Amino acid sequence: MPSRGIRDQVAVIGMGCTRFGELWDMGIDDLLTDAATEAASSAGMSVHDIDAFWLGTMTSGVCGVTLSRPLKLDYKPVTRVENYCATGSEAFRNACYAVASGAYDTAMAIGVEKLKDTGYSGLTGIRPVGDGTDPGLSSPAAFSFLAPSYAHKYGVEKVQMKEVMSRIAFKNHQNGARNPRAQFQKEVSMETITKAPLVAGELGVFDCSGVSDGSAAAIICRAADAHKYCDNPLYVKALSFVAGPAAGPIDPNYDYTTFEEVVRSAEDAYAQAGITDPRAQLAMAEVHDCFTPTELVLMEDLGFAERGTAWKEVLAGTFDRDGELPVNPDGGLKSFGHPIGASGLRMLFECWLQLRGEAPPDRQITTVGPGRTLGLTHNLGGAPGEGVSFVGIVGTERDSTMLAD
Amino acid sequence: MAAGIVGWGSYLPYWRLERSAIAQVLGSGPTKGSRAVASFDEDTTTLGTEAGRRALAVTGPSPRDLFFSTPAPAYLDKTSATTIHAALGLDRSCGAYDFVGSSRSAVGMLLSVLGGASRPSLSILADLRSGLAGGAEERDAGDGAVAFLCAPEGAVVELIGRGSASDEFLDRWRVPGEPDSHVWEERFGEEQYVPLAREAFADALKDAGLTESDIDHAIVAGLHVRAVKAVASGLGVAKEAMAPDLVAAVGNLGAAQAGLALADVLERAAPGQIIVVLSLADGADALVLRTTESLPTVQAAYRSAGVPTVAEQVASGRSDLAYAAFLAWRGQLHREPPRRPDPERPGAPIVHRSESWKYAFAASTCMACGFRHMPPTRVCLSCKAVDQMQSERLADVPGTVATFTIDHLAYSMAPPVIGVIVDFDGGGRYRCELTDAKASELAIGDRVAMTFRRVYTAQGVHNYFWKARPLPGLGQASTDPSTKAEE
Repeated sequence: MPSRGIRDQVAVIGMGCTRFGELWDMGIDDLLTDAATEAASSAGMSVHDIDAFWLGTMTSGVCGVTLSRPLKLDYKPVTRVENYCATGSEAFRNACYAVASGAYDTAMAIGVEKLKDTGYSGLTGIRPVGDGTDPGLSSPAAFSFLAPSYAHKYGVEKVQMKEVMSRIAFKNHQNGARNPRAQFQKEVSMETITKAPLVAGELGVFDCSGVSDGSAAAIICRAADAHKYCDNPLYVKALSFVAGPAAGPIDPNYDYTTFEEVVRSAEDAYAQAGITDPRAQLAMAEVHDCFTPTELVLMEDLGFAERGTAWKEVLAGTFDRDGELPVNPDGGLKSFGHPIGASGLRMLFECWLQLRGEAPPDRQITTVGPGRTLGLTHNLGGAPGEGVSFVGIVGTERDSTMLAD
Repeated sequence: MAAGIVGWGSYLPYWRLERSAIAQVLGSGPTKGSRAVASFDEDTTTLGTEAGRRALAVTGPSPRDLFFSTPAPAYLDKTSATTIHAALGLDRSCGAYDFVGSSRSAVGMLLSVLGGASRPSLSILADLRSGLAGGAEERDAGDGAVAFLCAPEGAVVELIGRGSASDEFLDRWRVPGEPDSHVWEERFGEEQYVPLAREAFADALKDAGLTESDIDHAIVAGLHVRAVKAVASGLGVAKEAMAPDLVAAVGNLGAAQAGLALADVLERAAPGQIIVVLSLADGADALVLRTTESLPTVQAAYRSAGVPTVAEQVASGRSDLAYAAFLAWRGQLHREPPRRPDPERPGAPIVHRSESWKYAFAASTCMACGFRHMPPTRVCLSCKAVDQMQSERLADVPGTVATFTIDHLAYSMAPPVIGVIVDFDGGGRYRCELTDAKASELAIGDRVAMTFRRVYTAQGVHNYFWKARPLPGLGQASTDPSTKAEE
């Protein structure tokens, strides 16, 4: 894909992230105010110093006033974006482009979702009036197709597949237990996970991400200006976003063991960032573990494991916090929670903490070091075979060959 | 070439409620036999559609009119025949009319068609019956539909005589809006029906120039059980000529009962035989029919098309339906809904735009590369050609389960929902719901066929669409939440 990217042209200079969870005493305005204020103050500025805003939310508001009203912004551009569960990353991507274009000196990307005011279990849709022919399967059901298909293709026994899925939830709960902002700050035993009531297919309650409220924000400026605001900024190395033709549900060749959108966006992002061996070059990855089989398949789609081997790598602990490539050290969607519009920026927030050495000591990963300074965020929207995918890469070092400006 | 019935089809739903299941819960009542039960996603419109599909499963004239009769219509003020017309993919120029009301309407509809139609028509009779818990109306009723394709020529059976007797008396009634019927003390009705039936029968035989001994198959049908028995035993027809009423196994199908028995007889009859249908419903009507030389050819055609006979359907069916599930399906037991948004009613304009997909289940097939799209699209997924599509109805094309899931979260009146990815024979994939199935027995590679169902009703609007169902012949024995516990 001939996307040139904006490697090292913009930098993240401040971030904020609320606690995620069932925040009964906080509204959308509270969440936005907390995340925006924390992000601005971490960059040593006020929200009123920022030139332009990109607000990502799926169901918690429409139009820019959703943000300008609670923050009392004085006549600033605020763009509201939506791209399903990749909404937060989409806000970030567009804010980066705005700064890279030279149109603004600084921009804020902020995502928010208030899911717990609906009274419903799980996500609720935002569809236009339909003809009533959509089968109406829930999100867990749509993603549950992955598990038997993967197991069937690679000869994994049903019991072993369940263990692999449980191991992913176990790991993410281990990480979330060390995260004061996570929705579920508790370790959960393999037995509890495996024996949990089924929600859809082989997916039990613990194979599903947390439905939660939350907000996260990032402030972006031109890379050349980053040190005016921040001693240790994160440089944006790659931003890739693709929407697939939704082939899966209508193409008999699709086998529910991969997300082609992820494969394509990862290839593009690696090309932009100059990455040839992601497993070795990345210090960490935050991936869209909406359901445990999703994380399993992502390990292969993102090139962290060979096809058909990720299940073994999961069991071997390769992606544990102290493993070869830590994946979701903050607990992921599984344990940190998944307030749709905020999730992509929450992933970036963990890169912000980990790559800059600011994560709590009991969660700090040890893979970060000289020659290994990059973090990946992967955000997915839709369902297997019919979705959108974002892959972003950030790093603490600005490549000297990119210092033309 | 004679005018009359040229083809037929019947549909009995998958489920049977054993009368012992009712007695077990309520502590009393008869325990023998079972009744046919429309599933939670069926109504008279879908039952009628399935019967119509079977009637049209062999080569025959295209109907120019569709007539639909039921005492239990899905809508008042909106024609159900147009829904069936759309689901059968009939031509726009084909008429579509309801004959709604008492079960006598169904007989009247058939009589008017057989009395001299100038163009081919499809007449569909359907009923979906229940009553208050523990009553005979609930226990001895049945659900199902039957369809007759009639034409000015090529008849397999023709009407050669008829007789009718009408009288005004209160036997069975229901005020619009009431869920259940009322019946008067049955001895009163019996005394009115018996002479009416005898008059109609005698008039019909006279009209045909025949006597009782000429009759090869006699069908007596009606909702008044005592009257039907009394009339049948006094007809003067040979005992072996009396057609079985099928009530013990599937229940009384009300408006469709006489039609179902006639379809059953047509599947067994020989050319040149005399069939009498005597229907007791607010009076009596008798039809004298004679089979023609064309009958064996048409019988064979349906057999080779794999259309199940009435006898086959009566002998099959899944009999482990729990009484509680039946009550829930009929709105008599209110289950707690999932904590999910209520389904939205489909929008009239978008439904109309997608009529060929939603009702006729027509895919779009790319003329440039052959790729099938479900739902139909204008741009080809495979070769990206724009507007090179032709419409292709896949309702009668079987498929194979590529993968599946059991969804405990999705809204349904009978959770959990089974979601399947179906790869259709000859190309095309679609993700849909599987119905009339046992989740525990489902496997990748299972064969399925499509069936027209009422997916849900939202804000008074019925949402019809197609679901997959296992192709008959698969073993069925296990437990799921709709079934009784193992005893």
